[in-house]
Amino acid sequence: MKVWIKLYKHSIIGRALSDQTASQWGLAVWLLLFLGAWFLMPLIGDPSEFLAEPLQSPNLHHWFGTNGQGQDVWRQTVAGTAASLGLALATGLTMTSLGAVIGLVAGYSGGWIDRVLSSITNIALVIPGLPLAIVLAAFLPSGPWTLFLVLVITGWAWTARVFRGLALATRRKDFIASAEIMGESRLRIALLEILPNLSSSFASAAIGAVIYAIGAQVGLEFLGLGDMNRVSWGTNLYWASNDAALLTGSWWIFIPTGLCIALACSSLTLVSYAVDAVNNPSLRADQLLRRRLREPMRRAIGVTPLAKELRHAPA
Amino acid sequence: MGKIFGRLGFYGVAIFLALCLNFIIPRLMPGDPMSMIFARFQGQMSPDAIVALRQEMGFTDAPILVQFYHYMTSILHGNFGVSTSLYPAQVGSVIWQSLGWTLLLAGASLLISFTLGTILGALAAWNRGGVIDRWVTPALIFVGSFPYFWLAMLLVYTFSYVFEIFPIGHAYSDGLKPSWTLGFALDVLHHLCLPAVSIILATLGGWILSMRNAMITTLGSEFINLAQSKGLTQRVVLFRYAARNALLPNITGLGMALGYVLAGSMLTEIVFSYPGQGFLLVQAVRNQDYPLMQGLFFCITIAVLLANWLVDLAYLWLDPRTRGAQT
Repeated sequence: MKVWIKLYKHSIIGRALSDQTASQWGLAVWLLLFLGAWFLMPLIGDPSEFLAEPLQSPNLHHWFGTNGQGQDVWRQTVAGTAASLGLALATGLTMTSLGAVIGLVAGYSGGWIDRVLSSITNIALVIPGLPLAIVLAAFLPSGPWTLFLVLVITGWAWTARVFRGLALATRRKDFIASAEIMGESRLRIALLEILPNLSSSFASAAIGAVIYAIGAQVGLEFLGLGDMNRVSWGTNLYWASNDAALLTGSWWIFIPTGLCIALACSSLTLVSYAVDAVNNPSLRADQLLRRRLREPMRRAIGVTPLAKELRHAPA
Repeated sequence: MGKIFGRLGFYGVAIFLALCLNFIIPRLMPGDPMSMIFARFQGQMSPDAIVALRQEMGFTDAPILVQFYHYMTSILHGNFGVSTSLYPAQVGSVIWQSLGWTLLLAGASLLISFTLGTILGALAAWNRGGVIDRWVTPALIFVGSFPYFWLAMLLVYTFSYVFEIFPIGHAYSDGLKPSWTLGFALDVLHHLCLPAVSIILATLGGWILSMRNAMITTLGSEFINLAQSKGLTQRVVLFRYAARNALLPNITGLGMALGYVLAGSMLTEIVFSYPGQGFLLVQAVRNQDYPLMQGLFFCITIAVLLANWLVDLAYLWLDPRTRGAQT
């Protein structure tokens, strides 16, 4: 346990969150949802079992009621959370890694490699991602792997553009020049010298990508493009809409899943505020100054906080 | 002028690539979806007609370049194929008929959401730590993390099922015939309220936040200090100096966000059975109507590119600095 805490405190996220209470809460809520769902999964039993009369409102036997097919909504919510968050995490991280590598290679190599890669990136940015994902997912066999693949294909471009800019800015630094003189290969420099310096940007991009992956995945499944026999957030809402939950007034079928989605996304947004403050020191200085002044700033007064003031700012 | 046309070239390439994707995707996929597309026509069309259609859309055994040539020529003639689920309607005409409803819904809600979000964001940055900054913005961002269509479901449940204030779906009442009368317009407006509100609620927080952050950067600039030292009224400093400059990055965001908003509003349309593109999309997915899906993808791509181009033009007009560089 101690090792884990130490590891967390030294990680990007841990350092970013060290003095941000709201963001710490965000991370805690997200981890609770994610780990809690995986922990409960084996305990609750088969979520797609037909075990009771359909459309029961919440009662003692079925805490969240039953859906239009007589399945237990509580089981479905837990299983859906585990499946959807797991997939979103994998998708978001892969998407960001792909984008980061493409952006770094483009920004660091320059020349024709940069021209080719950045035109591809720019075009991928203007072609609308979700509609393309719909077409791709419709042609591929339905299932979690299709969602993963389709979202990675349509979602990498934004990270690539950001990382190309960052690589352009970093490549003029002295330590890159020294690595070049030592004769390191370009790929090695891009991945082992530049990338570690951009880890907080990576964390911020990854959080954004996971949020995007949650929304897009739920949207695709709601349309009917996922595997409809797999329990997930999107399929829960798909069946809620298909079984006319609205026309029968069965609010308990779609409320829990929606609340989980919003909790997951907004808690991640809170974490991203802290990570963004690392990337953008002016945001951080501003927060510290506000605390220092003890009262919210009326009007933005154009004062740059002094190092002295920041040092004495209450943590 | 050079800038306008340079960007047009880029959009031309993007449109061409979108068409290429539409051409390649069915040909790369496992399980020969082409045959699946045409298998759906069996019994609806004579075998000769199917062969003719295959020829026209370039699905033949000819070399890939010849197929591509056939495909491109039929697209250039405005022929996007025949919808399999709404046979014998042409994809182009089906999309065209429902385009108006989507433009009405997505356009109206995007406009309201953007305007309102920009104003609220400017005020949030101006009164840092005020009510808008501390309560309204976080609340709207939380609301914005729900999927669009889920908010739509909640609104339908609350206002149509429990309180019965708004209609449960469709764009106008069943008995009415579309016409240019006041009564019909009011009916359409009544049906538009809930779907529009769900899209506005879902997007408002994002606009506020990006405007607020742009405003904070702008408020730190020297020209704001200058305006303040000149003793201008606060209203003038806020709207004519700060907000006008902070608006620029937000306008770029508008072009970028459009694709996502359009796709989201299509999902909202499904909840309300609104007769726009979303209705077509769900029809296409349920019936595996590939030509219709591809047509919709292409249509949205065109809409997004057009909007981005308009944003570029607006930028040239709004920001004299971008004009200075061209001569």
